[in-house]
Amino acid sequence: MTELNTLKISEARDALRKGDVTSVELTQACLTAIEGADALGAFVHKTPEMALQQAQDADARIKTGDAPDMCGIPMGIKDLFCTKGVASQAASGILNGFKPGYESTITSQLFDAGAVMLGKLNMDEFAMGSSNETSVYGNAVNPWRLGDSGAKLTPGGSSGGSASAVSSDLCLAATGTDTGGSIRQPAAFTGITGIKPTYGRCSRWGIVAFASSLDQAGPMTKDVRDSAILLEAMCGHDPKDSTSADLPVPNFEAMLTGDIRGKTIGIPKEYRMDGMPDEIETLWAEGRKMLEDAGAKIVDISLPHTKYALPAYYVIAPAEASSNLARYDGVRYGHRATLAQGDGITEMYEKTRAEGFGAEVQRRVMIGTYVLSAGFYDAYYNRARKVRTLIKKDFEDVFAQGVDAILTPATPSAAFALGKEVSDPVEMYLNDVFTVTVNLAGLPGIALPTGLDTQGLPLGLQLIGRPWEEGDLLNTAYALESAAGFVAKPSKWW
Amino acid sequence: MSIDTDTAARVAKLARIKVEADALPALAQEFNTILGFIEQLNEVDVDGVEPMVSVTPMRLKRRQDGVTDGDQQGKVLANAPDSREGFFAVPKVVE
Repeated sequence: MTELNTLKISEARDALRKGDVTSVELTQACLTAIEGADALGAFVHKTPEMALQQAQDADARIKTGDAPDMCGIPMGIKDLFCTKGVASQAASGILNGFKPGYESTITSQLFDAGAVMLGKLNMDEFAMGSSNETSVYGNAVNPWRLGDSGAKLTPGGSSGGSASAVSSDLCLAATGTDTGGSIRQPAAFTGITGIKPTYGRCSRWGIVAFASSLDQAGPMTKDVRDSAILLEAMCGHDPKDSTSADLPVPNFEAMLTGDIRGKTIGIPKEYRMDGMPDEIETLWAEGRKMLEDAGAKIVDISLPHTKYALPAYYVIAPAEASSNLARYDGVRYGHRATLAQGDGITEMYEKTRAEGFGAEVQRRVMIGTYVLSAGFYDAYYNRARKVRTLIKKDFEDVFAQGVDAILTPATPSAAFALGKEVSDPVEMYLNDVFTVTVNLAGLPGIALPTGLDTQGLPLGLQLIGRPWEEGDLLNTAYALESAAGFVAKPSKWW
Repeated sequence: MSIDTDTAARVAKLARIKVEADALPALAQEFNTILGFIEQLNEVDVDGVEPMVSVTPMRLKRRQDGVTDGDQQGKVLANAPDSREGFFAVPKVVE
């Protein structure tokens, strides 16, 4: 028998329904795997008692025959999601000790469906980072390594803990969130699948806000089918999120036919970056060939404003973050600095925020403050929002030409070493060069593994779909996954 | 556009983040690097382009005006660093 923690959601669901396995057994297997995996830094708050209680409840429910797909499935939850009575810190010191008195809409939906929470997962502080190195908990580590060298690689970020946990089989699946690539880049770095749905598909209520016009939650799973299953459970209209779309949620799994004959796939020329490694170029060409062989029509397209997506993002996201993070002031929750004699409320704010926020968060809050400040609002913030309009129009134009999905690399490189000296913050920002356009345009995007580089590390491709057409996008990804036949797993060293 | 230490200090003040004086030159340098990157946006012709307000055009939903939540004083205060007599407590604000 396969070790239970290595199962996919679809396999576990079928085994649970047949009575071949119980949720308690699945959960125990994951808890044991988690206990032995502290070196990965993936789970930062473990909730074994809660998990076993949920698993028992799920087993009872499965016996009655009323079991949604996620019933009894043990999973990890990114620390950005507020979970009732369980530490929810967004990997920040400023939320030290914070235990929400409420449950995020997405985790509520998952728990209502019978899913089991094993614990909270590591991430970059407030989801700001691309290597999971800005976390107050310390780094999450990629289970993939370069040969047997001891050098630790990043699992990517910001959903680095989620990626590490799913890739190393500590859980069957995990939730992630994606503001500029935070689901898709770590998925690509760890050889797993992750989808960011259309903006508005998943409720943002109860998810710690970073940049509200860009943030979306999504699944991080072992394959495309599992992403379809978990995405359906996470989606849905929520009156508590005014940007949540009141649209029916289709059965995404039922749309996985693998038939993409007659679909038109666009290859954007602007995604061929100077200095891109040959391996990424080759991977991309192979993906193009696979989709063509599966019967899709491949067309070269142009998304002319691609180059300006990252600069626009680094105005809009910090601006929204500076506003959203104003709430961390040491009054209502989390950390408050110890005050000196005579300190007033301004000193309390300034000291609390200096102590509670890490360097990258401080940097982005201050950049956001600057671009919104009097005299610069038009030059930076309004200009960036105009460029965002143009970036979205680029996509609208190619969709109007009949393109169904767009194929691009997911990342400009394979996973890099943790602790790699990054003196220039802009260099780290370039990790999101292929993913950030999708957030700015509010589109669905999926990353999936399609090959290994010469050093044996996973590489991923990204497919971008039309708004609200996640089902069609997942089906194209499913066809690509079937053709690529990626089955490699990291060998256990932790 | 170049940011000097005075501007960096002003931004830190606006953001309510304490930055020691000796850290200001490095902070100003970081701002300049990031803003230099952002300057690329000046190459784009944005004449007549509307700034994006909402990525998905949608009308905000309306609902009946009514009380939907409340009476949770204990829960609201439960995570406060300092609360007294049912209130959040902070250092003295007015003399």
